[in-house]
Amino acid sequence: MDFLNAIVAFANFVFVPGLAYGAQLAIGALGVTMIYGILRFSNFAHGDTMAFGTAITILFTTAFIGMGITFGPLPTALLALPFGIGVTILLLLGTDWAVYKFYREQKASPVILVIVSMGVMFVMNGIVRFIIGVRDIRFADGERFIITARGFKEMTGLDEGLAIKTTQAITVVVALIAMALLFWFLNKTRTGKSMRAFSDNEDLALLSGINPDWVVKVTWMIVAALATTAGVLYGLDKSFKAFTYFQLLLPIFAAAIVGGLGNPLGAIAGGFVIAFSEVTITYAWKKVLVYLMPESLEPDGLVQLLSTDYKFAVSFAILIIVLLFKPTGLFKGQSV
Amino acid sequence: MSTTVRDTALFGLVAVLLIGTGMIQGWNSALLILNMGLISAIMALGVNLQWGFAGLFNIGVMGFVALGGLAAVLVSTEPVPEAWQAGGLRILAGLVLGAATVVAAVYAQKRLEGRTKTIATLVILVGGFFLYRAVFDPGKVAVEAVNPASTGNLGGLNLPILLSWPVGGLLAAGAAWVIGKTALGLRSDYLAIATLGIAEIIIAVLKNEDWLARGVKNVIGLDRPVPYEIDLQQDPGFVERAASLGFDPVTASTLYTKLGYAILFTIVLLILLWLAQKALQSPWGRMMRAIRDNETAAEAMGKDVTARHLQIFILGSAICGIAGAMMTTLDGQLTPGTYQPLRFTFLIWVMVIVGGSGNNFGAVLGGMLIWWLWVQVEPLGLGLMNILSSGLEDGSALKERMIESAAHMRLLTMGLVLLLVLRFSPRGLIPER
Repeated sequence: MDFLNAIVAFANFVFVPGLAYGAQLAIGALGVTMIYGILRFSNFAHGDTMAFGTAITILFTTAFIGMGITFGPLPTALLALPFGIGVTILLLLGTDWAVYKFYREQKASPVILVIVSMGVMFVMNGIVRFIIGVRDIRFADGERFIITARGFKEMTGLDEGLAIKTTQAITVVVALIAMALLFWFLNKTRTGKSMRAFSDNEDLALLSGINPDWVVKVTWMIVAALATTAGVLYGLDKSFKAFTYFQLLLPIFAAAIVGGLGNPLGAIAGGFVIAFSEVTITYAWKKVLVYLMPESLEPDGLVQLLSTDYKFAVSFAILIIVLLFKPTGLFKGQSV
Repeated sequence: MSTTVRDTALFGLVAVLLIGTGMIQGWNSALLILNMGLISAIMALGVNLQWGFAGLFNIGVMGFVALGGLAAVLVSTEPVPEAWQAGGLRILAGLVLGAATVVAAVYAQKRLEGRTKTIATLVILVGGFFLYRAVFDPGKVAVEAVNPASTGNLGGLNLPILLSWPVGGLLAAGAAWVIGKTALGLRSDYLAIATLGIAEIIIAVLKNEDWLARGVKNVIGLDRPVPYEIDLQQDPGFVERAASLGFDPVTASTLYTKLGYAILFTIVLLILLWLAQKALQSPWGRMMRAIRDNETAAEAMGKDVTARHLQIFILGSAICGIAGAMMTTLDGQLTPGTYQPLRFTFLIWVMVIVGGSGNNFGAVLGGMLIWWLWVQVEPLGLGLMNILSSGLEDGSALKERMIESAAHMRLLTMGLVLLLVLRFSPRGLIPER
């Protein structure tokens, strides 16, 4: 019984939150890695792209709720998501046309593009504040829980409860769908294949008649979809605040680099590696250990390896370790 | 000759902007902008050293600035004897143990081979971590329990706060050495992410380690290198002199202290600028630029690229640390919650790029000019919105929205300035020569 309780406590406080957070990071990292693979620079504006997409989705959500359209037990934001993606696609295509295209034609070095993306980051951050302000916004509606902690206790008769939030389940399902779609697109469609070819060897791809403009456009569209989805899922699960999205940049980059920049599979693996490390290292293990250890050995403290505020340190430490020992990431990424 | 005229004219423009601010918004605001502008110019000088001279992409400026601020607290505040008795030695011992663990792990990595290496490193790290926690934690708890409402930390050395400026530089240099040793071998954008992360970690440490500088409880009322306004106002000699110049004592005292800061900051800026110019024109400076432009060729000429990178990374970070200590001195308080990367890292980068990377005068110009813009965008934006919306009737939703949005103009403007400069004048206002 104690053993079961320990497992449930572990699932409730570590596994389920880690899974949801990992899925959010993975989709975010996929966007970063796509830009790196095709356009060959680290996009610092990605966090703010996510914030923009989420802000637009929130606007549509409020409009839908105002019109009386809801999604039953599911959050209305899911209905608004495609519209958010649409507007974000327009924004990114516009940015590419107005900003990035010039440097691409000049064949500017990647580090210049990174600095340019810093400028874009400022502008997007400003636009998001313009649109929606700096308040903390919760926009999840519908059922809050699939299983409540209390319901679980009554159902199983265990001391520990397992709560699964609707948003957590939705995160995982939507992430799976998004990943499946992306991999289907990259591996089966003609455009997807030409994108992979472009990423592997630009010159050879151009030689074989692939239209670079089209590849770049499709990349931005996919990135817009991924960024908005990641942003909305994160916002549904926690809450929306323009500034937190900027801070997500660090774990997202860590995930993409740990997995191997430019490698989609790596981005997903990296997302989960970072998320689970963050959660396990900053979780107070006392709750699980009480069930596993004999009473005399019960720990006094919280058995927390690091305080939660140091979660940046965790993603960072993993990043450094991977970079020092396996510079191309866990899965083979590109090294320019 | 024409370039000199142009550069002078640009600095003249900054002077005109500041004087204009003084005439319209009052001299107090002008001096306030000038003081922060001087500090920003020093930060920009540090970043320019790293990026302009050596091409190192450091976006962890915020962390070094915050370390400088920490130095101001550790140098100038009074020590708390009860806290030292309660757990000061334990904390020090814990820190030494932690450092020893890392050194031992690095040593094991270098000396051992194969599987023994991995196992030994892991054992040292895990064992060392728990040992460190066992020694350190009780000390931390004991120190933070000492009078938490007013202290709860170990306090400082009770030395003059001016001393904290070089100490801030040293602290930042020490951190930069550790960071450089681990991260400098990385590619440019990996280094960027790494420094971004380190800056966040430094802020997290400042926020959470209450025994150090009270964390988010903030340290306020730091010493000042210039007299207090209230003391000046009560000094009959000062009041008399102010009256003879036609000022009332209150205005005169605030202007006097701000001018005092401005003079101190200008002295530091001029010294650093002189040093940076000397460095740029020396063989060392030419070697740095040669390494930046072609690492492989420089290496083939027998230059130790990694060592030179480490050197300039430390120097640039130290300058940011000095500026950070100066800023905390000016504010009179250390508030870890206010350090945000957009303001303390990316804004400095805008200054360097706009001013002209690779040119020290450009960095200084960018620092002053962009800081002025950063402060003035809000009132200017508000004025613009008032004019634009003047045709709309009062109380309309659109009008309110437009006026409200003026508050968010800052970031947008900075981004646009950066993008426009990168596009149409990528070498900046005063380009490298």
